[in-house]
Amino acid sequence: MAPTYTFLQKNWPRPFSIVGGVVSVDWSHPIPHPVAIADGLFTGGSQPHLIGGRDRETGRIVFPGPDDAERYEPVPLPRRGRLWSWTIQRFRPKSPPYIGPEEFEPFAVGYVELPGAVIVEARLANVDFHNLRIGMEMETILLPFTTDAAGNSLVTYAFQPTGGA
Amino acid sequence: MGDVYIVGAGIHPFGRTEGRSGLQQGAYAVRQALADAGLEWRDIQFGYGGSDASGAADTIVNELGLTGLQFVNVKNGCATGGSALFGAFSGIAAGLFDIGVAVGFDKHPRGAFNALPSEYSLPDWYGETGLMLTTQFFAMKINRYMEAQGISRTTLGRVAEKAFINGAAADHAWRREPVDLETILGSQMVSDPLTKFMFCSPAEGGVALILASEKKARELGRDRIRIKAACVRSRPPGSFEVFSPSLDIERGVSPTVIAARAAFETAGIGPEDIDVAQIQDTESGAEIMHMAENGFCKDGEQEEWLANGWTRVDGKLPINTDGGCLACGEPIGASGLRQVYENVIQLRGAGGARQVQNDPRTAYTHVYGAPGVAGVTILER
Repeated sequence: MAPTYTFLQKNWPRPFSIVGGVVSVDWSHPIPHPVAIADGLFTGGSQPHLIGGRDRETGRIVFPGPDDAERYEPVPLPRRGRLWSWTIQRFRPKSPPYIGPEEFEPFAVGYVELPGAVIVEARLANVDFHNLRIGMEMETILLPFTTDAAGNSLVTYAFQPTGGA
Repeated sequence: MGDVYIVGAGIHPFGRTEGRSGLQQGAYAVRQALADAGLEWRDIQFGYGGSDASGAADTIVNELGLTGLQFVNVKNGCATGGSALFGAFSGIAAGLFDIGVAVGFDKHPRGAFNALPSEYSLPDWYGETGLMLTTQFFAMKINRYMEAQGISRTTLGRVAEKAFINGAAADHAWRREPVDLETILGSQMVSDPLTKFMFCSPAEGGVALILASEKKARELGRDRIRIKAACVRSRPPGSFEVFSPSLDIERGVSPTVIAARAAFETAGIGPEDIDVAQIQDTESGAEIMHMAENGFCKDGEQEEWLANGWTRVDGKLPINTDGGCLACGEPIGASGLRQVYENVIQLRGAGGARQVQNDPRTAYTHVYGAPGVAGVTILER
């Protein structure tokens, strides 16, 4: 049976604390009312980790963690890894399901191999498209990517080149 | 197991046909296939058919006649047509029936396919944050492959250039004008490294094939084209598929690789014995990777193959002789059967300006799609 992920959504939206170290944020203009795009995807703080699910029997790690506590235990994933592949999203995805801003700016997407764990798909931030190279070192960040109707800043996970832009 | 022959083939032109439903395009194809075989609808004992977006295929009896035949609906994503063919093939090979039809049709709205997370057991945020696009998957798969195997952007362009040349010579194709290499490479970037002219579009169309036992095919005097293998396979561990929030570090082969192996084993021949091939070309990169996944060349050799024109209709292994998905568009339910239709035309020597020049005796098809399913057929004359 396919894994389901309802537990990642049942508490959404909820207030989410973001503290210093999110490189994409201009701290002279703090993020108003940040909320995570879903619950249980990542830890907060200046050094955020994604949360994967480890199969208790085989040790296989998947992201996001499936809604099956009997079989999967939540584990923090390594923050750093290497870019496995990438592309640029050049047109605005259809809505639904996309909820990003109406005014579209192309963004980078990639898979990052987190050593010993899993290869994760994510947005790539704070990098010039021309500088993207397979194998470059990337680190996990939290990225405000749009604002909801209530004025909350929706935060998702992303990767940026290690050490910032 | 008895031998199975293709005794009739019909197609409704691909592309856009205002005022004609997907189902009606399927019925059009069946009528053409019946005429081709010299049969009437009432002669057909059973059928398998499907569409992805145009409703239940068994309602086709309203168009063709209420003869009471057994009809099974197939809905198997991009392998719908290939699965319908497998169903009809199996019924005759098992000796249950002497003559049957496999039909596939579709009519998709304009623009890219729009998938919703809930349809794939994925969380909503995956689509909300802009990660749920098939175009991203294709781009990232070929981007990694190009880096690892030394494939150039020019080679991506050459695949599309060939497709539009072949499409111009195929009556049933949608894109009927050649497009030069510079235009292809310089056209709007959709998802790097793939430009607009390197992607196929959702479209409309219908295809029908009439299959018969050896006895029936002889009776009809149409015992020339035999199905040597028809295999459908789902994904093995570690394959890279569309809509994957994460991948295992330990990588595996694709469903194409195992479907191809099974088909060659069943047919008792190898890739080097194939004279003409139709392989899944959702975008230019897919054709390049599928050349190797199906066993026609080694990884990286595509650069030389395309530069030398070895996959053109006058090359050593012509590939996608009617322009493939790039020139015909992709009505999901019909696409896999279009490939088999084109091989029937080529094996009969009826390809006109796109006829391959090597007097083909063996022909290969490969269809692939979400969520990791591949279908392969091998025909022999």
